[in-house]
Amino acid sequence: MNYQTPLARVRGLGSARQGSHDWWMQRVSAIALLPLSLWLAAYLSILPNVTYEQVIRWISLPWNTVLLLSFILLSLYHAMLGLQVVIEDYVHNDWMKLLGTLGIRLVTAFLTLSTVFSVLHIVFLGGHG
Amino acid sequence: MATFTLPKNSKIQPGKTWPAQQGAKRIKRVEVYRYDPESGENPRVDVFEIDLDRCAPMVLDALLLIKNEIDPTLAFRRSCREGVCGSCSMNIDGHNTLACTKPMEDCSDVIRIYPLPHLQVVKDLVPDMTHFYAQYASIKPWIVTQTPAPADRERLQSKEERSKLDGLVECIMCASCSTSCPSYWWNGDRYLGPAVLLQAYRWIADSRDETTGERLDELEDPFKLYRCHTIMNCTDTCPKGLNPAKAIAEIKKLLIERQK
Repeated sequence: MNYQTPLARVRGLGSARQGSHDWWMQRVSAIALLPLSLWLAAYLSILPNVTYEQVIRWISLPWNTVLLLSFILLSLYHAMLGLQVVIEDYVHNDWMKLLGTLGIRLVTAFLTLSTVFSVLHIVFLGGHG
Repeated sequence: MATFTLPKNSKIQPGKTWPAQQGAKRIKRVEVYRYDPESGENPRVDVFEIDLDRCAPMVLDALLLIKNEIDPTLAFRRSCREGVCGSCSMNIDGHNTLACTKPMEDCSDVIRIYPLPHLQVVKDLVPDMTHFYAQYASIKPWIVTQTPAPADRERLQSKEERSKLDGLVECIMCASCSTSCPSYWWNGDRYLGPAVLLQAYRWIADSRDETTGERLDELEDPFKLYRCHTIMNCTDTCPKGLNPAKAIAEIKKLLIERQK
């Protein structure tokens, strides 16, 4: 039996005093991704017509490296925030919610590390070895 | 997980049909959701044929005609019959609105009437509003001040300060918006919902209140506030033409502003 009053149930454990940062960063990263995605899409569209060596050289140009790394970091951060919202919206089982949020963080962290490593590997070792 | 289908005992069955009286010329078919928890039966949809020549123009008038002349067991809430009390909010033709201000002329050929979505049903068109009202109470919907009121007058407010409350004080807490919000359906236990958040902003925006910061503190929560994903069903359905989505956006803006 639950003899809590409806008000006690609504108040629950109180306010978490957070959430604004995630909400704000989701918007900021979305806006930053707009030009970055267009830039990347434009180059991806010509990918079928270029050679491996040309792509490696293109990635190694300083501006391209910086913009590519920005795209990787921002898009994966944005994806992490978005997927976390999906979990919070639809998963109501406590331990599944915990596993889901942790899983999303671990997977995006792994993807971030491995893609950043790949870009740096290309830049500094020319995509060989 | 969020529940996307009705439980077995909530599946809706076809119900009784009440044909129009002989000689009726302008007949309107009205389908009404019926549920009596004491009967142990599943909910059903009864069909009532209304003679429009004997009925006033609003959907509430049709419900009153049904209750007075056809089936007195029909349960629904109503009071002011002019869109001020918020009692007769229900789902009419797939939209949450007030039965008293919804003309039958504006409805489809068959008017389908259901209780507000995703609330426990007490009987027929009467939903259980306990949790909704408790959420309203939780935002302390009254003025909170430290400074005593002036001895000889009321607390003053300029015209500009008062104008910030326009579009907020008109809310009649009918719950049409909250129960149209998918986020409120899935997380209504913790998400406060558009109606209560609009009310919360009404007190945040009030120049006479002295607890704006504390009110923002209380709302800054991934579930209480940030389940709003600007779906805008609230603004679309509000029978008073208000904009709860904008009120929520204003709260989010203030939460960012105070960090800058």
